[in-house]
Amino acid sequence: MAEPLLSVRDLVVEFPTRRGTLRAIDRVSFDLKEGEVLGMVGESGAGKSITGAAIIGLIEPPGRIAGGEVRLRGERIDNLPPDRMRRVRGRRIGKVFQDPLTSLNPLYTVARQLTETIRTHLDVNEKEARRRAIALLDRVGIPAAARRIDDYPHHFSGGMRQRVVIALALCAEPELVIADEPTTALDVSVQAQIIDVLKEICAERGAAVMLITHDMGVIAETADRVAVLYAGRLAEIGPVRDVIKEAEHPYTAGLMGSIPTLTQTSDRLVQIPGSMPRLNAIPTGCAFNPRCTKVFDRCRVERPDPIDRGSGRQVACWLYDRAEARHD
Amino acid sequence: MTDALLQVQGLTRYFDVSKPWLNRVIERSEKQFLTATADVSFEIKRGETFALVGESGSGKSTIAKMIVALLEPSAGTIRFDGQTMNFQSSAAMRALRRRFQMIFQDPFASLNPRWHVGDIIAEPIRTFGLLRGAAVMREVGRLLDIVGLSSADAGKFPHEFSGGQRQRIAIARALSSKPEFIVCDEPTSALDVSVQAQILNLMRDLQDEFGLTYLLISHDLSVVRHMSNRIGVLYLGRLVEVADGKKLFTEPQHPYSRMLLDAVPDLALSGRRRAQVQGEIPNPISPPPGCAFHPRCPLAFDRCRAEVPQPTPPPGGEAACFALGRSG
Ligand SMILES: Nc1ncnc2c1ncn2[C@@H]1O[C@H](COP(=O)(O)OP(=O)(O)OP(=O)(O)O)[C@@H](O)[C@H]1O
Ligand SMILES: Nc1ncnc2c1ncn2[C@@H]1O[C@H](COP(=O)(O)OP(=O)(O)OP(=O)(O)O)[C@@H](O)[C@H]1O
Ligand code: SF4
Ligand code: SF4
Ligand SMILES: [Mg+2]
Ligand SMILES: [Mg+2]
Repeated sequence: MAEPLLSVRDLVVEFPTRRGTLRAIDRVSFDLKEGEVLGMVGESGAGKSITGAAIIGLIEPPGRIAGGEVRLRGERIDNLPPDRMRRVRGRRIGKVFQDPLTSLNPLYTVARQLTETIRTHLDVNEKEARRRAIALLDRVGIPAAARRIDDYPHHFSGGMRQRVVIALALCAEPELVIADEPTTALDVSVQAQIIDVLKEICAERGAAVMLITHDMGVIAETADRVAVLYAGRLAEIGPVRDVIKEAEHPYTAGLMGSIPTLTQTSDRLVQIPGSMPRLNAIPTGCAFNPRCTKVFDRCRVERPDPIDRGSGRQVACWLYDRAEARHD
Repeated sequence: MTDALLQVQGLTRYFDVSKPWLNRVIERSEKQFLTATADVSFEIKRGETFALVGESGSGKSTIAKMIVALLEPSAGTIRFDGQTMNFQSSAAMRALRRRFQMIFQDPFASLNPRWHVGDIIAEPIRTFGLLRGAAVMREVGRLLDIVGLSSADAGKFPHEFSGGQRQRIAIARALSSKPEFIVCDEPTSALDVSVQAQILNLMRDLQDEFGLTYLLISHDLSVVRHMSNRIGVLYLGRLVEVADGKKLFTEPQHPYSRMLLDAVPDLALSGRRRAQVQGEIPNPISPPPGCAFHPRCPLAFDRCRAEVPQPTPPPGGEAACFALGRSG
């Protein structure tokens, strides 16, 4: 089997606080293949952003990676010294965050930001860098790119700024782009444009995408596979179609039923009682057990690890343990 | 008497967004006004849920605030139960105020953090002198029970609750003056989907039980489809279409409604190919002349650039467009 582009194994991220250490990510493992789009979903606080930040080495101290490893084409990147990690970040992994203003420097023109990034990471002269920057801006859908490139970020609207950020994330030709809620701050009619552009260009350039969002609709239309996080743990991962149409983890199943859709006919939404636990009050055993309709004794004591379900699907739930099947 | 509980006619609101006087004098600039709501008319029937959808800045909250008398209209009238709201007479407004309540997007900002939950819920009861003494707290207990919390929660503070629970508290408070009409401004957009389902189900149950009339404001078309009998679509402060619930989704009339529907990511995995969405929302301070949607409209023709289209009523709804019936 070919080596995965990105491999995350037993990742643990902790935040020391005055009242003890909070474990925001607790033994999360997954792979990303070359050119693949992996969706990462989960409710607020599930650990989506922290997972993304851990991969690109942007966990704010005193938070830290307290266990596990992250490999890019087999090479460990979770323990690199800061200057080497910075090179990986610009060159091999690009990032697109929710708020375009945090990714752009308001004091520099778009041209300067793009050409500097290109020239830091690729061996090209100023003229060539500018040519590439204009081509990329044009590709992400900025009208009159050759003229607009000399504008400052605040001259652009929200949607146009996010296009610039996508260009910036892609200009050093990375192998992987981590996009954390890239459209949440944008209007509905603009969101679809941005997701389309992101997906198309990454496909053209063979870049894999880790798309973090709480919008299942976006995942359904965009991702090849999806990982569902709950309370810092991986609940389920698998091909998008399988997970959406036949969710196996009780949490995923509840989540799917609770989302109103444009085609549903039932009057009531499926409702999961309660809400996701805080990090300082994660129940023992399966983190979902107080809300689960299928809970049984073992769930309250032992934590389920992801169980292989074939065709690339894994589900962290005791219902799918062989030993349990024998009991029935 | 009609069965309309609320009638809004020609509702308009300007905001003065001019620079300070001195700057204007020095820069010789004119006063500037932003039209947040322009000539909006609709009716809400008793017992129905009427929704307003539209993107950020389309004027949804401005309309909501005028209806609950938090903001005075620049022009137009609002009739509640046949009575025209008179913003000049505080006595008349006070009598009406008990009969409508509002639920806001951010369940934290709308609850006073220093008050006990019990007092927050009791405040409208006390203000309107509906009950006295021990009966007040008995009623608070009953309301907490209705929204799925317990009477023991009355002694806690808002920060001790999760987002979904806080929204339940806000709903209990809104119900406490026994209103007939509740304006819900993005009641679930700060909540996670599994919790959103709980709140939407609760809102429906309460409507059935108490015969409530809702004005639901949301940018989420799936939520609106799930909840509403009739839907109004706003664009740049104007109502471009009013349609019967599901009909908006099967037969959208206005080109903007079609574009918005096309942009919604689809959980159903139908593999539909989206039409490319054009352009972004223009600056509301200087909206395009004529039909404000014309720069983005695939059907625009000369007349659209010169004249503002008025709503024309096809069966089952109305839309403001010169090209109704034509497809694009
Ligand atoms: N600096 C920090 N100190 C302590 N806890 C933190 C810190 N940053 C994040 N956390 C916690 O880590 C958990 C995961 O946070 P994360 O930002 O990854 O959530 P998320 O899934 O991205 O949620 P959202 O959808 O709201 O963006 C949360 O419970 C959060 O409170
Ligand atoms: N007090 C104010 N002063 C100046 N402009 C205002 C004021 N309140 C609202 N506006 C403007 O009026 C327009 C409509 O705002 P409104 O809050 O009604 O939009 P909305 O549809 O509720 O948007 P959102 O989805 O972001 O809540 C916006 O352009 C907004 O910037
Ligand atoms: S392990 Fe048990 S509690 Fe957890 S999801 Fe499965 S059945 Fe429910
Ligand atoms: S009036 Fe003209 S520009 Fe406006 S929506 Fe209709 S066709 Fe398009
Ligand atoms: Mg996040
Ligand atoms: Mg609003």
